[in-house]
Amino acid sequence: MKILVAVKRVIDYNVQVRVKEDGTGVVTDNVKMSTNPPDDNAVEEAVKIKESGKAKEIVAITIGEEKAQETVRKALAVGADRGIHVKVDGVVEPLAVSKILQKIVDKEKPDLVFMGKQAIDDDCNQTGQMLAALLNWPQATFASKINVKESSLEVTREVDEGLETIEVNIPAIVTCDLRLNEPRYASLPNIMKAKKKPLEQINASDLGVDTKARIEQIKVEEPPKRKAGIKVANVSELVQKLKNEAKVI
Amino acid sequence: MSVLLIAEHNNKELRPFTYNAVSAASKIGDDLHILVLGNKSEAVAKSASEIPNVKKVIHIDNEIYENFIAENYTSAIIKHADTYSHIVCSANTFGKNLMPRIAALLDTSQVSDIIKVISADTFLRPIYAGNAFATVKSNDKKKCITIRPTSFEPAPVKGGSAEIVKSEAGEAFNNSKFVKREEIKSDRPELGTARVVISGGRGMQNSENFKLISAIADKLNAAIGASRAAVDAGYITNDHQVGQTGKVVVPDLYIAVGISGAIQHLAGMKESKIIVAINKDGEAPIFSVADYGLEADLFEALPQFLEELNKLNTIQK
Repeated sequence: MKILVAVKRVIDYNVQVRVKEDGTGVVTDNVKMSTNPPDDNAVEEAVKIKESGKAKEIVAITIGEEKAQETVRKALAVGADRGIHVKVDGVVEPLAVSKILQKIVDKEKPDLVFMGKQAIDDDCNQTGQMLAALLNWPQATFASKINVKESSLEVTREVDEGLETIEVNIPAIVTCDLRLNEPRYASLPNIMKAKKKPLEQINASDLGVDTKARIEQIKVEEPPKRKAGIKVANVSELVQKLKNEAKVI
Repeated sequence: MSVLLIAEHNNKELRPFTYNAVSAASKIGDDLHILVLGNKSEAVAKSASEIPNVKKVIHIDNEIYENFIAENYTSAIIKHADTYSHIVCSANTFGKNLMPRIAALLDTSQVSDIIKVISADTFLRPIYAGNAFATVKSNDKKKCITIRPTSFEPAPVKGGSAEIVKSEAGEAFNNSKFVKREEIKSDRPELGTARVVISGGRGMQNSENFKLISAIADKLNAAIGASRAAVDAGYITNDHQVGQTGKVVVPDLYIAVGISGAIQHLAGMKESKIIVAINKDGEAPIFSVADYGLEADLFEALPQFLEELNKLNTIQK
């Protein structure tokens, strides 16, 4: 079995994001970037499946500017076998990303495609489902547990009401929740070794996918600020304030 | 503008957030139709037809829709998509799972999780866990949109009498199969719609201590929330998680107990009307969004809080 794992480079989850003064976006200069957190879970799960003997090869793929490669190198350092970097500058919407991934799937013919359930920059939560639609494959989204069977996966999904279990036939798309596993750290020797693993570069334009944005970003602004609150001295003051000032209890 | 709203339901009744989605959809266009896909779901179609502003209900009843599998829903929705300018549904796990599958087949770039309708093609949506708001204009002919339900008031339940039109099921998808659902039954209000929410974080230390939270929740008729740290640690089940990748809540009163206030948690609760933070670390970021902050050991503060509440003559329900 072969697993394709898609990873995205985003502003690190610990960074306090700031909006640019001209309203064109958020500040990315000199800001720490890393792999989108649930994409790390997707890589980890693929590696675990390979370690259990159920997968032979893991291919990590990213789509984006030159530096997006770092996310693939990180995946290679924790156990992916080879990498693909589809080069494209600027914002690529999930629809275009899924079309690029479709081209790569046609070429690589993986049995499974894993990725995070949502990217923490645009918060779209679309790519996995779109890719599944384009390929006419089943989709197991928001996965917190995966049980690999002979020709199917049993996947536990985190849904609003609790947990749902579905069974999807392979080939399938899985989008991963943060609770799926605990991603490992790459050891220094493995980081060194990863530098020697193959990483293929492809230009998005060579794949024949139109990556032009369909959605115009008119402006980006700071959300309204909450007005500063107060500290109360003790519980009885808190209850009095809630009762008489805020009138919420 | 003709808008098709995909109903979220449990085959017996509409899920509450469908009513919020109706409000948002009405702001996009007047000609609003609701599509109900279910199994033995007549009552759902009837409820949908009673919502004012709804012009037509399309009802497709078939066993393949029993468990709301997105792959089965998609073929039926695509069959009906032609005559609509917009296809919309709630941005909860139901809609997040479903809508992109439809959008991709319609070759439309979806606009996710809108919090405001500016015009029929322009919307406001949060990005970066709500640390920025983007105004976006969709240039696709047909628009696929998911709606953040808590950003819109629910539509009235009664008053309308739309016609219900029956339609044929779409093609069944045989590579996905429902196995089981583990719903946690509770007599408490739903987290997404509760007027009061009290949430616990890592500071709760274990699941046993959540009893301190539930005692207060009982008293205030509140829903119980949690930070991701508390869910990850196994103190409480995932359906309680509030945050960027959990639920977004906008109650009148949100009480955060033993929650430090990571960006990802704030994304799910900072639009609440009144926020209370109880934390022993006076520097915790949660205090920056709290209207009332109490720097205290939660194991002392929570029993006192309950005691003070018991002293009050009346508590709003």
